[in-house]
Amino acid sequence: MANVLTRTADNVATWVNDRAPGMMPFYRKHMSEYYAPKNFNLWYYFGSLALIALVNQIVTGIWLTMNYKPSAAEAFASIEYIMRDVEWGWLIRYMHSTGASAFFIVVYLHMFRGLMYGSYQKPRELVWILGMLIYLVLMAEAFMGYVLPWGQMSFWGAKVIISLFGAIPWIGGALTEWIMGDYLPSDITLNRFFALHVIALPLVLLLLVVLHLGALHEVGSNNPDGVEIKKGPKGNRWSSLAPADGIPFHPYYTVKDMVGLGFFLMICAFIIFFEPTVGGWFLEHDNYVEANRLVTPEHIKPVWYYTPYYAMLRVVPHKLSGVLVMFGAIAVLFLVPWLDRSPVRSHRYKGLLTKLMLGLLAVCFIWLGKIGSGPGTDPVETIIGRVLTFLYFMFFITMPIWTRLDKTRPVPERVTTHD
Amino acid sequence: MTEQGLVLALIALLAGVATAPAHASGGATVPGDPAQTDLADRASLQRGAKLFVNYCAGCHSMKLMRTSRIAEDLKLTQAQVEQNLLFTGAKFGDPLVAAMSVEASTQWFGKAPPDLSLTGKARGSDWIYNYLRGFYLDPEARIGWNNTVFPNASMPNVLWEMQGMQRAVFEPVPKGAHGAAGHCKHGSTEVEGRCFVKFQSVAEGSLTGEAFDQSVRDISAFMEYAAEPAALKRTRIGAWVILFLAFFTFLAWLLKMEFWRDVH
Repeated sequence: MANVLTRTADNVATWVNDRAPGMMPFYRKHMSEYYAPKNFNLWYYFGSLALIALVNQIVTGIWLTMNYKPSAAEAFASIEYIMRDVEWGWLIRYMHSTGASAFFIVVYLHMFRGLMYGSYQKPRELVWILGMLIYLVLMAEAFMGYVLPWGQMSFWGAKVIISLFGAIPWIGGALTEWIMGDYLPSDITLNRFFALHVIALPLVLLLLVVLHLGALHEVGSNNPDGVEIKKGPKGNRWSSLAPADGIPFHPYYTVKDMVGLGFFLMICAFIIFFEPTVGGWFLEHDNYVEANRLVTPEHIKPVWYYTPYYAMLRVVPHKLSGVLVMFGAIAVLFLVPWLDRSPVRSHRYKGLLTKLMLGLLAVCFIWLGKIGSGPGTDPVETIIGRVLTFLYFMFFITMPIWTRLDKTRPVPERVTTHD
Repeated sequence: MTEQGLVLALIALLAGVATAPAHASGGATVPGDPAQTDLADRASLQRGAKLFVNYCAGCHSMKLMRTSRIAEDLKLTQAQVEQNLLFTGAKFGDPLVAAMSVEASTQWFGKAPPDLSLTGKARGSDWIYNYLRGFYLDPEARIGWNNTVFPNASMPNVLWEMQGMQRAVFEPVPKGAHGAAGHCKHGSTEVEGRCFVKFQSVAEGSLTGEAFDQSVRDISAFMEYAAEPAALKRTRIGAWVILFLAFFTFLAWLLKMEFWRDVH
């Protein structure tokens, strides 16, 4: 019996291989013969977790569209219909809402990992640029998704964010009308955001993820030591030509990433089942009130993952300047591969200055996030926000200087540690 | 701190920020007592349903809440629901709709009392708990009642028979140094430009303080449940899901250790 099965499986494999001879080489290039450095640490889980989060958003999103109604008259009620009357609808919706925030958490940690270990340095600039494009599209995707429940924060958040385009001289007013298809966010806005959220942007995201991984697999993964394993000694148990410090991605990192996935899913499950709104951080209280263009909520604020940029927008007194600062804060991230002039990748072989600067960036980002989520009425907080915004930009603007100033230690030829 | 420790510290920091209330409506109220509702306490939810129908549903609807769903979730029979929760001629299975017409209530209160289906989420049970206990006699208010949690609310104290009547003791806000705006003394909180000190009972109600608080807690719990009926189910199965994931993670870890034995 087993014989018959193996024979059949072999025959099918041969049949397919004869007709698609490029398939197995593709699999080997990206999985079983993609040699990743053996010293990945905890920080290296977030890439695969981001991919899992994307898959989760797509699958749960498809099921949500089966009962969601993209119209201003029905959207809010259809969400409650999903929450109350659709079998397990509440679970699918919480997986989607928690998944969105979890996606941003792992993406932020993934990006910070890149900064810590200099993963954007030559020859990985393209990997970084494609990753930044993913981040940009992800923000647009999440923004449009947040409008769909058509709660108060959906409506007013959309109004505030779209009105930012109004700050552009001459074409601003016409542009905001063009985006909304109306003078206010309305049925037509909701409908087009739905189209973009469920079809257009997910397609772009998937394409960019394929390119991001493709670009990565051309140059190979960086690692916590910043050692270029392809330039090190050759020959491991699987191939005499492969880097000595590399191990096949499959099965070594697929089984390792499963452990990370297990912990990630446990944290997500805890949120989904016990605290799905996370005290108003993942699902805002005001979004449990249906959109009403006549009643402005007390505090309009975006979801947590935008609040650092929102804080920058608010602390700058002039609207157009605020918009420029906000978009500049994202745009400057694209330049990191060329701003870093350090001959060394990983902070492990850099001095104290680099560690302090990275710590400063993290503090600025999280503190600005906290300010952006508050009412924004405290003048002291506004001053702090300005200082933090200034420091955020200083991190990048002075990067060519402090990366050169900081002392470095020689990078070893081989990777040092592994789990 | 190791790099592994750093990632854990960052996650802990994010969690720390997240535990701070994200928004005023989920945050502080005056008075700011925790509601301490318990959705696992079915008797409390059942009492809350009955109190809600008797005291709130005259004016407020819960259009998203079907009486049949209440029966199913709170383990009530159709007869019990019909005897205790249906007064307006509604049938078993209909949503909870206010007895009063929108036109009449608009005329009486200046605006239609809001639908309360999602108030347990939009405001939270702590807010509801303090709001319902925060009514006080105010001769200057249009309807004779005012509220410390929601100043100048258009709603009268519908629970006064149970609670009795109370007055609120206010003090002026003390002047700060150099004429700057001062802060209320410790133990009092600013409400609409005055410092709220305490409530003072004027007339006894049918329930003593603690029994009344429990009744308000029951209403808050029912409204919390009504805003998300799935909450009963998700908390029940959540522990099993996490247990399964822990087992999965353990197996995955064993598999990882086995595969990685030959990586040196």
